[in-house]
Amino acid sequence: MVKNADLAYQFIDSMPYARALGMRLNVLGDGLVEISMDYDSSFVGDVNTGVIHGGAVSALMDTCCGIAVICHESAPRSTATIDLRIDYMRPATPKQSIKTQAECYHMTRNIAFTRATTFDVDTSRPVATASGAFTVERH
Amino acid sequence: MPSSNATYAHDVKKIRDLALKALVEDVPFIQFLGVYFERCGDELTGVLPYSEKFIGNPELPAIHGGVTAAFLEVTSLITLSWTIFLREMNLNTNEIDNTSVGGSMRLPKTIDFSVDYLRSGLPVDAYARATISRSGRRYASVQVEAWQDTRHKLFAHGTCHFLMPEQSK
Repeated sequence: MVKNADLAYQFIDSMPYARALGMRLNVLGDGLVEISMDYDSSFVGDVNTGVIHGGAVSALMDTCCGIAVICHESAPRSTATIDLRIDYMRPATPKQSIKTQAECYHMTRNIAFTRATTFDVDTSRPVATASGAFTVERH
Repeated sequence: MPSSNATYAHDVKKIRDLALKALVEDVPFIQFLGVYFERCGDELTGVLPYSEKFIGNPELPAIHGGVTAAFLEVTSLITLSWTIFLREMNLNTNEIDNTSVGGSMRLPKTIDFSVDYLRSGLPVDAYARATISRSGRRYASVQVEAWQDTRHKLFAHGTCHFLMPEQSK
């Protein structure tokens, strides 16, 4: 059982920006979470192709990595992004929902290290990957 | 349609404003964020008017890191596209007319984007300015910084790499 799972769902529910983008959280295990987001025409970055903007993907990446930190087995109280790097591999297919999976793969007393991958329906080819360092607030 | 130098000079401001408007209004996600740009000559400043939907941490409250990242990326992309537009406008002085600034402009594609969060984003308006470090035929590197109440106290800065659009003939 993931110690902070309830807190993680609570975080997402109380986060106005997550609601604005329609993010849905699924806690998978210790330090491992996934968030999905439906396609919406207001997220489009290129009207000629209907491809969503990278900025919508970065919100998903940042949230997912942060929640992965909260869900680490050491159960941090809170976290904040120090830095985030995103690589865009290919455009997300228009009209398809996207899903980000993030893991907190290393934890120290004060810092958490995370990485994440975003896919659309085709889970064999990533849309984008990210890595980020986060602050850790403990009890 | 070739135009005389006098007409061209007279229209530069109008064309620049039209081009900027077209660039920004053509992108639904920029409209979703409410980001707009203030232009002083060839320099752009991105403005992100505060909205309650941007909150990521209601306790502080603080703007969501995803909003900050998107704002920096949008500012980088529009500033770079704007620079490309100005360059093409200077190269093709005789071919500028209002129809060339419509929604057909091809935008650069983001290759990667890296953002440092220096302070938590306050629930107020934010501003950002991007600098083109290098803009070649195929790739561009752009630095971007963002602030809120105080210009020299950045709350985030970032680096963006872009794949340039095919050059128009």
